[in-house]
Amino acid sequence: MNTGAIKPSTLITLYTDMVRIRTIEEALAQKVTAGEIKCPVHLYSGQEAAAAGVCHALKKTDYVYGNHRSHGYYIAKGGDIPSFIAELYGKETGCSYGRGGSMHIIDLNVNVMGTSAMIAGTIPLAVGTALGIQLKNKKDVVVSFFGDSAAEEGTFYESLNFASIHSLPIIFVVENNLYAQHMHILERKSHDRIADIGTHFRIPFSIIDGNDVGIVYQAAMDAVHRVRAREGPAIIECLTYRLRGHVGAIDKVSGTSITDIRDIKEIEYWKKHDPISVFHKKYAKVCALDQTKIISIQNKIDTELNKAFDFAHTSPYPKSSTLTYYVYA
Amino acid sequence: MSTHKRILRYDQAITEATFECMERDPNVFIIGQGVKSPWYVGSTTKGIQDKFGVTRLIDTPVSENAILGTGIGASLIGLRPIIVFPRMDFMMYAMEQLADELNNIHYMFGGAMTAPVVVRSIINRGGEQAAQHSQALHAFFAHLPGIKVVMPASAYDAKGLLVAAIEDENPVMYIDDRWLYDISDSVPKEHYTVPIGKARIRTKGNDITVVAVSYLVPEAIHASEILAKDGINIEVIDPRTIKPLDTKTIICSVKKTGRLIIADVGWKDFGISGEISSQVHEMAFKYLKTPIVRIALPNTPAPMSKTLENKYYPRYTDIINAARALLT
Repeated sequence: MNTGAIKPSTLITLYTDMVRIRTIEEALAQKVTAGEIKCPVHLYSGQEAAAAGVCHALKKTDYVYGNHRSHGYYIAKGGDIPSFIAELYGKETGCSYGRGGSMHIIDLNVNVMGTSAMIAGTIPLAVGTALGIQLKNKKDVVVSFFGDSAAEEGTFYESLNFASIHSLPIIFVVENNLYAQHMHILERKSHDRIADIGTHFRIPFSIIDGNDVGIVYQAAMDAVHRVRAREGPAIIECLTYRLRGHVGAIDKVSGTSITDIRDIKEIEYWKKHDPISVFHKKYAKVCALDQTKIISIQNKIDTELNKAFDFAHTSPYPKSSTLTYYVYA
Repeated sequence: MSTHKRILRYDQAITEATFECMERDPNVFIIGQGVKSPWYVGSTTKGIQDKFGVTRLIDTPVSENAILGTGIGASLIGLRPIIVFPRMDFMMYAMEQLADELNNIHYMFGGAMTAPVVVRSIINRGGEQAAQHSQALHAFFAHLPGIKVVMPASAYDAKGLLVAAIEDENPVMYIDDRWLYDISDSVPKEHYTVPIGKARIRTKGNDITVVAVSYLVPEAIHASEILAKDGINIEVIDPRTIKPLDTKTIICSVKKTGRLIIADVGWKDFGISGEISSQVHEMAFKYLKTPIVRIALPNTPAPMSKTLENKYYPRYTDIINAARALLT
């Protein structure tokens, strides 16, 4: 993958988005631990390169479908931050009006389609949106983000097949973080890769270092180019690792490891190879990311985030009299 | 046999029943997502892998339909799988195997094949988990001819009904509710079964019959204690089995009280409360002194925000208010 061609300004944008995601996720971890946020929160820390790299290869009008661990795409695609934070607090000003919480976020201004808690649940929806684009003769592209366990559901294969036979404008992005809740991928599959299934469906695929944002960005740019040119679907497998536990902040990172069965040495290894560390090692010089710039980026993000939390805190809860709003049948 | 009784928690009673059946019958095994996890199935499979090994406790990929089918297939040659779904919402992926294969197998071949499976499905809701992590779909399952559905609401019944379900020759859906895991009551150490299809009268009363399901049973009992102070005596009936429903016990009580409140943990529309209400109308209409009152979830997906959640789930206070209203 030729990452040398990526412009320094693009690299800075990618870095900024990864830091934005990490900052928000770790702030949320604290709020979850403090009991301020009660809904199930599946943190994205450690996988930032996938969201940032893929979403920056897209236009605002392209569509993104996520899953239960979707904060990264929402943020990288440009989703509104205050209403996202408010949603996690169950506020009326939340992006789903306090009806959905962390697993059900949405921002149609940037075509982040509503996310689902069901494993593989949005994969056929993404295929359907791609079909719609084709029927309407549009040039948009759909990205379907899902984790490695989604490839254990039949709907994944059914969706690949349908997308393939109709040459639909969709990119399947699997973030292989090695774990489905408590189980390692090799306990669930006979090998630890997903994307090579593309061979069977005649869908071009790439299996890449999902923690190297430059590589992800380049792979996504290549795929978007082909998909937008109506050459049919693509699969990108980002090899990555979630630094936090499956849900909430009860994990080995916070020292409360009841539900986190992963080897601490494994977590330590991936901490050293996390997307932000990789960026510093590989790209900091190329894009002249010095200490001053790092601080200024961080400060800007912190200010933005504080405002978002203030917005969430001061927003009202939905009135209980509105319980049945939005029920149409 | 001694009548040694101890106080056990609901989740411990489930674990004990599982252990006991696996010890008694080498054909019993567990298969399902998360069954070896320390937390995913609420610790109800704790220690089982250590004792029986990975061949009899099979944690699975996220493949609900295939896993349910795999369990059914094993049962067709005499094994007795307990197929576990730690979160009922995800069972919708398994509907082909449940609602086309499993429910029909016995009838469709004139009784030539039986599928002695237990489909153990856990209701896990509240805590702002929202619409896809909250659903109680027992009415949906009970609608299918060919599947028994049990919903224990005490530790005693949690053990006795699980043993009965495992020993049953045909499919039984065993629905346990995480909101009940902390309740404790007396549970015999010995092997026993609670008959499937038999309700239990939890509190005696002459004023109003209250049929309560699952977590609303302890809520109804709590309501009965408060109402008794006002001189209102409700008779709380726990059906324990949703299908086949013990209509006889309910009708007997309604004939005595002339008033009926049905409290269900699922949606009101097209649910269990409507079914019970119809059966009572058909069989005991002339004994009713007042219209039947139903307490159930509104026709709304589970909301996330706590202000909405608090209003969404019925509690003992709803039963108290309904009872008082019936008598004024």
